[in-house]
Amino acid sequence: MLIFGVPLQLFSTQIMLGLINGAFYAILSLGLAIIFGLLNIVNFAHGAFYMLGAFGALLLLDYFDIDYWLALAVVPVGVGLIGCLIERFVLRWIYDLDHLYGMILTFGMGLVIVGVFRNLYGATGLAYSMPPGLQGGYNLGFMYLPASRAFVIVASVVVCLATWLVIEKTRIGSWLRAATEKPHLTEAFGINVPLLITLTYGFGVALAGFAGVLAAPIFSVNPMMGSDLIIVVFAVVVIGGMGSISGAILTGFMLGFVEGLTKVFWPQASSTVIFVIMAIILLVRPAGLFGKQE
Amino acid sequence: MCPMPETSSIPMLQVRGLEGWYGESHVLHGVDFDVYEGEVVTLLGRNGAGKSTTLKAIMGMLKRRKGSIRFRGQELCGAQSRHIARAGIAFCPEDRGIYSSLTVEENLMLPPVVAPGGMSVEEIHRLFPNLAERRRSQGTRLSGGEQQMLAIGRILRTGARLLLLDEPTEGLAPVIVQQIGATIRKLKERGYTVILVEQNFHFAATVADRHYVMDHGTIIDMVLNADIDAHAEKLNSYLGV
Repeated sequence: MLIFGVPLQLFSTQIMLGLINGAFYAILSLGLAIIFGLLNIVNFAHGAFYMLGAFGALLLLDYFDIDYWLALAVVPVGVGLIGCLIERFVLRWIYDLDHLYGMILTFGMGLVIVGVFRNLYGATGLAYSMPPGLQGGYNLGFMYLPASRAFVIVASVVVCLATWLVIEKTRIGSWLRAATEKPHLTEAFGINVPLLITLTYGFGVALAGFAGVLAAPIFSVNPMMGSDLIIVVFAVVVIGGMGSISGAILTGFMLGFVEGLTKVFWPQASSTVIFVIMAIILLVRPAGLFGKQE
Repeated sequence: MCPMPETSSIPMLQVRGLEGWYGESHVLHGVDFDVYEGEVVTLLGRNGAGKSTTLKAIMGMLKRRKGSIRFRGQELCGAQSRHIARAGIAFCPEDRGIYSSLTVEENLMLPPVVAPGGMSVEEIHRLFPNLAERRRSQGTRLSGGEQQMLAIGRILRTGARLLLLDEPTEGLAPVIVQQIGATIRKLKERGYTVILVEQNFHFAATVADRHYVMDHGTIIDMVLNADIDAHAEKLNSYLGV
């Protein structure tokens, strides 16, 4: 069977690969959007936290025999705690300065973290063995769906939806939205906004750490893995609109899908298509697809 | 010069030598006044006299301030604004401060309860029935009057006993202004203490016990509401009406 002259099997496999990329774009841009909303900082260290997540899973398995499933819970907490400490002792000093300083500071921190791991583990990738339970796959008739890849998509959708629900529908979420919109007034109601900021940064980078664990079995674990991915994720954030929670999630999956489609019909353009879309969006809707026009 | 009410001798709020800055500009130049428990007191004055800034200074929302703000014996000048809120002072800002990213109900429930004895949501809904009807709407979709009711309503839940209201009648239709006046009188009956910043002197006269007049960042006079007719000419000259 052919779809626009392309075998269905090839078509659906590429779409699936696209959606897997989309799953990572969605989690990572969601974290960036939450952090940017409250802290007004573009977290250039985000890719480094993603890499930390993948290395965290690898090292826990090698040294402590902690398996993938436990790592999915433990590593994000650890990465989140590191994030909380960084917010509390480093980022807090620069909120009164121009946005640019936040970018430079987090970019520098990212370089330091990546540099340390390059020194320790080299630049070549390390392999994380496929956890039992994710081996094998399902024959859907028109394509073969490996369990490991299906799990990434499902886990990402669940985590993104859960995050969205907490932010939009709970009391703590309403505090977060309030502090994002009017931090001074929110504090004047007696809400501990500095603590909220610390936890938000921690949670945002914990999402990156979670994505890193998800990535460990299906991509190679190497110090540069975050730097490569994060450039695309920033384009996703620009397209979705800075600070929009649902926009970040939807745009992430959508662009993964578009990337998959491009791989089918014009493979040479697949690594560029997101940046082309970004340029067009910036011309037509500078605030992004889901951002509020100022 | 300042005749004190006879009800109690220790003020609930005592402001002394309060100075405040917006960035580089020195706005408050030594503000002194007292507010007793159960009183409704206004700060009157022209635009730029420092009335709103005084409320913000009390609430800890200015970056730089000095002097003394004693609330129930506790020094609050230098405290962070969330601690001031927790001490039992609540603020209703001039722009009403309704959050567009929150529903009406979320706006109402946002400020944490800081002391027992606040109003229940049912009581607030009885006071402002519109808020019950529109609880699912986005906060900023309310009319100006409804937003003002929401801004007042949400600080009644917290149990704070000193309310700072910054121009609650600004830009509202006369019928809404009357409703807000009735609300403030009701709050007084319930024993709340209110500091009201007002441009509308006639409105202020219908709700307040005493009026402090501000100019150039200091208090220049104090008039009892009971004596207001006798001082009408003087007040008119202060306020330039």
